[in-house]
Amino acid sequence: MYEPFHRTSDDMLAERPAPATTVGVIGWLRTNLFAGWLNTALTLVTLYILWLAIPSFIEWAFLDAQIVGDDRFACTGHGACWAWLDQRMGQFLYGFYPSDQTWRINIAFVLLFPALAPWMMENVPGDRYLRWFSVAYPVIAAILIAGGLGLEPVTTDKLGGFSLNLVVGLAGIVLSLPIGVVLALGRQSRLPLIRWFSIIFIEAVRGVPLITLLFVSNIILPIFLPPDMALDSVIRVIVMVTAFASAYMAEVIRGGLQAIPKGQYEAAQAMGLNYWKSMRLIILPQALKISIPGIVNTFIGLFKDTTLVIVIGLFDILGIANAMVSNPDWLGLSTETYVVVALFFFAVCFSMSRYSIRLERRLDTDKR
Amino acid sequence: MSATEDHATASSETPAIEIEGLNKWYGAFHVLRDIDLDVAERERIVICGPSGSGKSTLIRCINRLEEHQEGRIVVDGTRLTNDLKNIDAVRREVGMVFQSFNLFPHLTVLENCTLAPIWVRKTPKAEAEAIAMEYLERVKIPEQATKFPGQLSGGQQQRVAIARSLCMKPKIMLFDEPTSALDPEMIKEVLDVMVDLADTGMTMLVVTHEMGFASQVADRVIFMDEGQIVEQNNPDEFFNNPQSERTKLFLSQILSH
Amino acid sequence: MSNPTLNDDGDQFDVRRLLTDERSRGIVLQLAVLLAVALVIAFITANTLANLQRAGLASGFGFLTDTAFFDINQKLIDYTSQSTFGRALVVGFLNTILVSAMGIVTATLIGFTAGVLRLSRNWIISRAVTAYVEFTRNVPVLLQIIFWWATLTALPKVRDSLSIGDAAYLNNRGMRLPAPILEAGMEWVFAAVFLGIVAAIILSRWARKRQEQTGQTFPSGWAGLGLIIGLPLIVYYILGQPLEWDVPVRKRFNFDGGFNVTPELIALWLALSTYTGAFISEIVRSGILSVSRGQTEAAFALGLRPNQTMRLVIIPQALRVIIPPLTSQYLNLTKNSSLAIAIGYQDLVSIGGTILNQSGQALEVVGIWMAVYLSLSLLTSAYMNWYNKRIALVER
Repeated sequence: MYEPFHRTSDDMLAERPAPATTVGVIGWLRTNLFAGWLNTALTLVTLYILWLAIPSFIEWAFLDAQIVGDDRFACTGHGACWAWLDQRMGQFLYGFYPSDQTWRINIAFVLLFPALAPWMMENVPGDRYLRWFSVAYPVIAAILIAGGLGLEPVTTDKLGGFSLNLVVGLAGIVLSLPIGVVLALGRQSRLPLIRWFSIIFIEAVRGVPLITLLFVSNIILPIFLPPDMALDSVIRVIVMVTAFASAYMAEVIRGGLQAIPKGQYEAAQAMGLNYWKSMRLIILPQALKISIPGIVNTFIGLFKDTTLVIVIGLFDILGIANAMVSNPDWLGLSTETYVVVALFFFAVCFSMSRYSIRLERRLDTDKR
Repeated sequence: MSATEDHATASSETPAIEIEGLNKWYGAFHVLRDIDLDVAERERIVICGPSGSGKSTLIRCINRLEEHQEGRIVVDGTRLTNDLKNIDAVRREVGMVFQSFNLFPHLTVLENCTLAPIWVRKTPKAEAEAIAMEYLERVKIPEQATKFPGQLSGGQQQRVAIARSLCMKPKIMLFDEPTSALDPEMIKEVLDVMVDLADTGMTMLVVTHEMGFASQVADRVIFMDEGQIVEQNNPDEFFNNPQSERTKLFLSQILSH
Repeated sequence: MSNPTLNDDGDQFDVRRLLTDERSRGIVLQLAVLLAVALVIAFITANTLANLQRAGLASGFGFLTDTAFFDINQKLIDYTSQSTFGRALVVGFLNTILVSAMGIVTATLIGFTAGVLRLSRNWIISRAVTAYVEFTRNVPVLLQIIFWWATLTALPKVRDSLSIGDAAYLNNRGMRLPAPILEAGMEWVFAAVFLGIVAAIILSRWARKRQEQTGQTFPSGWAGLGLIIGLPLIVYYILGQPLEWDVPVRKRFNFDGGFNVTPELIALWLALSTYTGAFISEIVRSGILSVSRGQTEAAFALGLRPNQTMRLVIIPQALRVIIPPLTSQYLNLTKNSSLAIAIGYQDLVSIGGTILNQSGQALEVVGIWMAVYLSLSLLTSAYMNWYNKRIALVER
């Protein structure tokens, strides 16, 4: 049997610190690295592997590396050969763009940030003006890169390197989102013809590899068009990449539309909003918010896919890298070259995915 | 009707649960402080207290869903340590009902109830199903046996959860706020089942805010705050004559509306 | 918005109503779209016919019976340079299937392992796996394919091959492995494998019945595995080991014997496996995380052990969430295999490209590509729909 019992406020027990082996650094080590035999063994094995790999990598990449030189014969040591960076970085970045005009690409790149700022961040000063600026930005960038208005015209086949990836990628990203929205709405439409056209387009484009679509743009499109109507090759690529990404985007947004409770559609109708108004004001904002991870994933995929242009003969950064590796001056430096190219892509794609996580978190806290 | 006059006095042999000097920390936070508690066989205890007082953590320590850093817990004669054999033995004899039911959505109601007897007690399927139907009748929903949890209401799901635990024929039943996630009209059906269960002599520890249930069924009411037992007494004394100011404050908040 | 009752013209046909009445507006819109599409198709067809005539090309698939006159270095069926274009396409298709199937198997293994490891409480392991996943996912797969290929072709020349136990060799022309020579009696060993599988199925059925009746469990998984491996082994030894290996032997400039796996195949397979494996690991991880902690707690509270909980409660629920995106990744892997063209692995797209250049029949070749990949896509979609319907959790 128990004894009836009570404490007064003065008898309450105070907090005590936790046992030393469970908190602080030791506690963290015990739970995270050394919890039990299997974990301890795994930790030790991994640490050993890292201990073997990391110092030798640092030696190869930095300590023993060669940074200056005119060709690969200047790199005599065991380390990495970075001598080509100085000579070739221009090509990696701009392709065959005339080197005295590359400042135009630089300006276009710098202007990209204020153009994106009002859409990606909150409380940007001069928000309203920046939004107008971002609408005008594509035209400004096109003039800067291709010429006109007093700037020397540069044909697009001279555009290459990472700039090409950025141009194709950004154009595709900006265009695929609205087109994807239209396709997603079309797929949900009650009008059977619209619905079927949307479904056919989406399934046909999603079901084939992008490379076949690029072949279509390169080889089939000229057959479909009269001989005097030739489209610029970069434009063709942008069209295909956009079409491809739009189909995936449409599916992502369809998922977002389906996740919205039916009550939202009904409430919008009950308020007397017609189809387009209810979409624009009520449904789409919510659908887009839900779909953000999928949307950013599609963007990341689109940007990675811009490398495929090498298959139809355009020289993006990977194409330039390939050309350099087979050049007798720099033969056999494939590892160094591809690592640098990989870093370019990793930087952009990883930042995009981190941004998406932050955006999700910020929008999530809105809800709570 | 007070519980103590109604049924046989709790056994004075070895306690079903012995807790001595129990201390638990979540990281640096001291969530359970010097808990001493002996639960006799057939005893019904209601544990109440403000949120964050550690009451759920306490009963989760009893079936080792939470680990304690200091102190001794002995359940049905078995001491709770990191030894897996001990933990298995304890969990076989202790059943638990959760606030969010936690039924297995991919199995039918009947399969939910027969899963553990078949795989833990190695009961043949026919026998396990017979036991399951018996308990499903006890909780008054035998006709739902072939349905899936997603097809049942909250009250029905919780009753299935109780039947599921009972199918293992445990000696002790733990309830972690069993009615807190239910719509008001379904609370009664679950509490009725719990009252029936108490009448059969099951040892029960119930964490709940349902004070009507406490006064009807409990042998002992324990009030916890800041990780420690602040007051314990029989329901009569507890509700009509609380001793500690904290208990008085809590009761005034709970019982005011 | 329709306003049928406000207009007291009643039945009079009002052109303006075409645009304001909801129903007729829909019809008008669809007719407009149909007209636009028809115009575009007409435009394209006219141009196509004119262009084809100008180039002197016939349309149609007759060219498939023409002689190919080019060789393919990896062929799973008989093929020579005298074979037809059609046969060349089949060889290419088989190569696509080969590398895709190999890639799917390894990507699944890598993905599931990485996914589970990433959930580990061990900080170093989970961070190491995260590093792998993040790096592989954010670098274009084409770059990874080219990287692996460049690395493999930078291996020592044939004369200086790296040897693996003197039975396999690694060099810049690929990997030279011993070829199995099946002697008489080997067919019995294969029959024993089949028998082993059948026996394992029967055993697991019997074990389940026994458990239902008596409650006792039987390790039918391990026993079944033992049967599938043991039975053939026994037959193999009884028949005097009817399996010989044609071990590659170093000669002056090349190897005699064994068979060669090209660096293109290895590079493509490695790149596709690690790339898709990273995506699969994320799918597996989110699948396991999607099962709420309460399920594990309820299972433990009932006395189920961790491995039983995994098998009976967690994995069935996690698989429901994992399988649909997993099938998408399998399809992506198959489509990504078309990047083979960049390193000279002769898959369907690569061979199609060669045929396209030689015969000029661009439309037909592209049409064949589309048809093949679309069929694979639609088959996968159909399977996913069927699977989703079948295992959907029954709810109110």
